[in-house]
Amino acid sequence: MLSEANVAAVWLTLKLATITTVILLIVGTPIAWWLARTHSKWKGVIGAVVALPLVLPPTVLGFYLLMILGPHGPIGQLTQFLGWGVLPFTFAGLVVASVFYSMPFVVQPLQQAFEAIGARPLEVAATLRASPWDAFFTVVLPLAKPGFITASILGFAHTVGEFGVVLMIGGNIPEKTRVVSVQIYDHVEALEYAEAHVLAGGMLLFSFLVLLALYSRKGTSTWK
Amino acid sequence: MTFDKAIHARFQVAWPGFNLDVELRLPGRGVTALFGHSGSGKTTLLRCLAGLERQSVGSLNFKGEVWQDDARGICRPTHRRPLGYVFQEASLFPHLSVRKNLDYGRKRVNGGHKVSLDHAVELLGIGHLLDRMPDRLSGGERQRVAIARALATSPELLLMDEPLAALDLKRKSEILPYLERLHDELEIPVCYVSHVPDEVARLADHVVLLSEGRVVAAGGLRETMARLDLPTAFTEDAGVVIEAVVADHDETYRLTRLDFPGGSVVVARRQESLGRRLRFRVHARDVSLALARAKGTSIVNLLPATVVEVADADTPAHVLVRLDAAGTPLIARITRYSLDHLGVTPGKSMWAQIKAVALLG
Repeated sequence: MLSEANVAAVWLTLKLATITTVILLIVGTPIAWWLARTHSKWKGVIGAVVALPLVLPPTVLGFYLLMILGPHGPIGQLTQFLGWGVLPFTFAGLVVASVFYSMPFVVQPLQQAFEAIGARPLEVAATLRASPWDAFFTVVLPLAKPGFITASILGFAHTVGEFGVVLMIGGNIPEKTRVVSVQIYDHVEALEYAEAHVLAGGMLLFSFLVLLALYSRKGTSTWK
Repeated sequence: MTFDKAIHARFQVAWPGFNLDVELRLPGRGVTALFGHSGSGKTTLLRCLAGLERQSVGSLNFKGEVWQDDARGICRPTHRRPLGYVFQEASLFPHLSVRKNLDYGRKRVNGGHKVSLDHAVELLGIGHLLDRMPDRLSGGERQRVAIARALATSPELLLMDEPLAALDLKRKSEILPYLERLHDELEIPVCYVSHVPDEVARLADHVVLLSEGRVVAAGGLRETMARLDLPTAFTEDAGVVIEAVVADHDETYRLTRLDFPGGSVVVARRQESLGRRLRFRVHARDVSLALARAKGTSIVNLLPATVVEVADADTPAHVLVRLDAAGTPLIARITRYSLDHLGVTPGKSMWAQIKAVALLG
C-alpha cells in the first residue's frame, strides 16, 4: 500500500523524531531544572529564548539556522574546521534544527513538573542522607514521570509535524532529509493525490491518537 | 565540664522584613522546645540547625563536632549531618510504600544502627501500615510514619517542626503519647518547635523562647516558664509547670492526690496508677493569695509559699507574683489593689490558693 519512497519518508521521519526526542530529554532536563529552581535574573531571558519557536514562523528559525550553520556562519566554520563539513542539507543538520524547533515542547512540561514538585521533597531527601544527585534520581525523576511522558510525546509529535524548518535547513533529499510532511507536499505538487492521501491520512490518525493518549491519561500523582 | 556534650549554635539570617540573630547553647540530652509565636523565627532556626537555610551565616558545634563555621568556610550539607527532621506537614514520598519510605533514609546510613527499624516501628505503632501507600494513611498515621522514618536513620539529633500543627485535636491526642515515649526512651537531643504552651509543658525539658528572631529566654522548663521578666506576649499566658507523682486515689470523693516537692494537689480521679509521673500546669490567673490559711472556702488546693518577686502583668491593673512553695515555683496574677492592701512584698509568707490545675496528658 505504501510506495518505496513513502516508506523511506516515514522511516526517516520516525528516526528524526526519535533522535530529536532523546537529545531533547538529555539537553532539556537540566535547562528545565534550572528554570524551575533558579532565582537568577537570566531566568526570563532563557525562558523566552526557549519559547521563541512557539511564536516564530519556522522560516525565520530556518533562515537563521541556515546562516549560522552554513559555510560562512560561525558554527559552519567550526564544523568545517573540525572536518565535519557543513550541516545544512544533511540529516545531522535536520536533527540540530529539530532540537531547537521542538525545545519548548519538551522543556515546558518538564519545568512545570519540577515546579509542581517544589523544593520540599529534596529537603526531605537531604534530611534522609540523600545527596542532591541521589535525590534527583530517586525522588524527582519518579515524581516527575508524568511530566517526562508528556514532554516525550509532545517533543516526538511536534518533530514529526514540522515542515517549514525542514524545508529551509534540510531541503528535499530522498532518504536524507525528505520527511513525511515534505513528501506530502511533493505528492500534492505532482498531483499524486492518492499517494498524498495515504501519508496525510496517516499523519492525521497519528496526531489524533497521540493527543488522545495525552489528554485521556489519568491525573498526575500529587505530592502528599 | 561537659562542654563537649552540648550543642552550640550561632545563626544570623537577614531577609527583607525579618532578621534572625540567635546564640544558643542547647543541652545534649532531652527535649528542647523552641517556643514562640508565628513569625518569631523558630522554624527558621530549626532549618539553620539542619543546614536547610542556605542564606544563614553562623556556626554550629554539635557535641564537639563542627557542622558549620562560615567564618572558616565550613558548612556540612544537610545530607552529611546525622540528624532526623520531621516537617510540619507530612512529607512522605508518595511514590513509595510506608516500608520503602522507612528504608529510604535507613539504607543510606553507614555504620551501626543504634535505633533498629523494628524499634522505630514499634515505638510509633505503625507495624500494620508497612505495605500501604502514603495516600491510604490518615494524617496522624502519616506523621507517625514520618517520625519513624527520621528515627530509623539513627540520628544523633532529632529536629521536629510542629509535627502536630496540621492535625486536629483527636489526631494530636493520638500522637502525643508516642512523642512522650520518644522523650522517655531516646538518648538523643530533640529540638521541638511549637507555639502551643501545653504541648511544650508536656514534652519539653528545656525551653528557648523566641520573639522576632531573638532569644528572649532559655533554660530549664520550670524555671523559664516561671520567669516574670518576659515580654507580655508570654506573660498573658503565664503559669508554671509542675511534675508530680500520682500518690493516692480517694474512691469516696473520686479524687486523686498528686505529690511534688514542696506539697501536693488534689484533682478529679485519674486513671493513672500510683507512682506514675504526671505534669500539670498552673496558670497564674488560677492562683490567688491569702495572708492566712483560708477557712470556709471551697478551694481545696492551698499551699504555703514565700513571695520571691513582683512584676508587671499584661494589664496595668494586675501584677504577677512569683512564689516559692518549698522549692516549687508558682506564679499568681493578682490585682495591684490586692498587692497594696495585703502588703505583698518579697520574703513574705502567704498561702497560695489554686483554683484549677491543667493536667497534661
